[in-house]
Amino acid sequence: MRPGSARYAGVPFAARVALATLGGMVCAALLVPWLASEGARDIGDVLSTRLTPPLSFDGRGQWHLLGTDAFGRDLAVRLWEGARISLGVGVSGSLLSGALGILLGAVAGWWGGLADRVITALGDALLAVPRLVLLLVIAALWGPGLGVVITVLALTGWMSVMRLVRADVQGVRVLPYVEGAQALGVPPRRVLWRHVLPNALGSAAVAITLGTGNAILLESGLSFLGLGVQPPAASWGNMIAGGREWLLVAPWIALLPGALLIITVVAVTVLGESWGQERGARAP
Amino acid sequence: MLHLSRRLFDACILLWLVTTLTFALIHLAPGDPATLLVAPTASAEEAAALRRTLGLDAPWPVQYARWLGSVLQGDLGMSLTRSRPVREVIADALPISLFLGGVSLLFSFVVGTALGLWQALRATRRLDTALTMLSTTLYAAPSFWLALALVALFTTGAVQLGFPEWLRLPAFGMQSPSLDPTVAHWGDRWRHAVLPLLVLSLPGAAGVLRFARQSARDAAAQPHVVSAEARGLPASRVALWHVLRNALTPLVVLAGLMLPGVIAGSVFVEQVFAWPGLGRTMLEAIASRDYPVVLGLTLVYAATVIVANLLADLLLWWLDPRRRGT
Repeated sequence: MRPGSARYAGVPFAARVALATLGGMVCAALLVPWLASEGARDIGDVLSTRLTPPLSFDGRGQWHLLGTDAFGRDLAVRLWEGARISLGVGVSGSLLSGALGILLGAVAGWWGGLADRVITALGDALLAVPRLVLLLVIAALWGPGLGVVITVLALTGWMSVMRLVRADVQGVRVLPYVEGAQALGVPPRRVLWRHVLPNALGSAAVAITLGTGNAILLESGLSFLGLGVQPPAASWGNMIAGGREWLLVAPWIALLPGALLIITVVAVTVLGESWGQERGARAP
Repeated sequence: MLHLSRRLFDACILLWLVTTLTFALIHLAPGDPATLLVAPTASAEEAAALRRTLGLDAPWPVQYARWLGSVLQGDLGMSLTRSRPVREVIADALPISLFLGGVSLLFSFVVGTALGLWQALRATRRLDTALTMLSTTLYAAPSFWLALALVALFTTGAVQLGFPEWLRLPAFGMQSPSLDPTVAHWGDRWRHAVLPLLVLSLPGAAGVLRFARQSARDAAAQPHVVSAEARGLPASRVALWHVLRNALTPLVVLAGLMLPGVIAGSVFVEQVFAWPGLGRTMLEAIASRDYPVVLGLTLVYAATVIVANLLADLLLWWLDPRRRGT
């Protein structure tokens, strides 16, 4: 094993900062709501505690790092409670869609024929409808909720991964070592699983990473429109929606969750792009 | 020509697939519009009668055939909640969204390409880093948040920070409510359009900038550019004729790919700024389960994306002679 410092020597500075930021956010999301003295949904003395600006004391003498919202709830606690949902939904949505994309791409690229044509046509059709429109239609028809959002993110995000894996599998399929494995009598499913797929996963991994940022943004968008995570549960999107009517009096309520959203998406994008560049593949 | 007809055929198949998919989605969903449309006191018979008049009692293959048949004749049906033809509902909303999308796309491309080219060829290292950070941040900013941030900045913020009077912009609507709505007051309308267009253009321009910088760098590293510089051609001529021309091809592909993003952005922008475009109509139709409007709008969105990709493909074929061989 090489020592840790040497292992990360090739990682660009920006990627290291991004990784540290994301790590810090995950830790804060796990720890802050757990350690906080008050819950993210507890509503106490509304009139004396509401709309406290950041870095100041509320009417009851309690200090708030990021201020309070219209119900007097501490924004810092709610932001990190929201981070659990926003990050969790984004990551699981893009991982699921990535898994679906890898599966369908492998089937299409390996077997070809009718399966390939059906999967490619379905992917093209889904890509023709803007993803947000698809999300809106499905989320609205099946009713808002966490499970629906994750499912819908998975069902509408697999196309780009599928295309990459399909192309890679088609490229690897004709290489001599695959032919060799087939000639040795290895069953096709095992050749695909053990010899072809591992070589087709690199670009998919980069696409899934970049897709995570997109999924986080989409979840927040749905929640902003009231079709995603429902209050009183906190998600960055519905916190922005909740702060909208107080925008002119207490702009921090709507603006802080967006700032965290941007930091997260930038960190994910930087991470995905430098990974992609390192692999020699240009990020789309 | 063969290329064109093949692409057209593919586009038609795609459009049919999209409509079928949407139809299937809507009819797989739980609940039906009749329960929303009848009065709360209506009896079961009245609901059934309404379902019959709307044609919702027929088995779904029949509904699908009816719907597809009328779409082929250019008839998108009647809106369930507005008692107007879907075509009229869409025709009313379309110009607003086309204006928002078209102007912001144009702005994104002109500003993004120019800045990207400049960044790739002329910017110092520090400026390059700063611009990259700014464009990455803007590109990641959700449009609904950007809209709220700009509203806060240009309304109360403008007062607190002492901006001049003309920089205090209206926060929503297409026209001041005090003005006569039947007459178009262009100055007032443009003032109302500034913030929505800015919200749509900034992330778009940031995306184009990031892409343009990369493709201009790639193009600048090619031998013919180096040789043009070696021949002593003026820098501006090299930038325009040798770098931009070659950097344009990937940008054309990007224009086709960016359209879904612009459409998505306009849904949020129309919602926040209360502009009655396609996006707002879509949200309202979804909320009231107005199936024909949702289907019609999805069709319009998909057709826009498919046609834009087709155009991008043709433009590429025309711009890049290397592609004509394949």
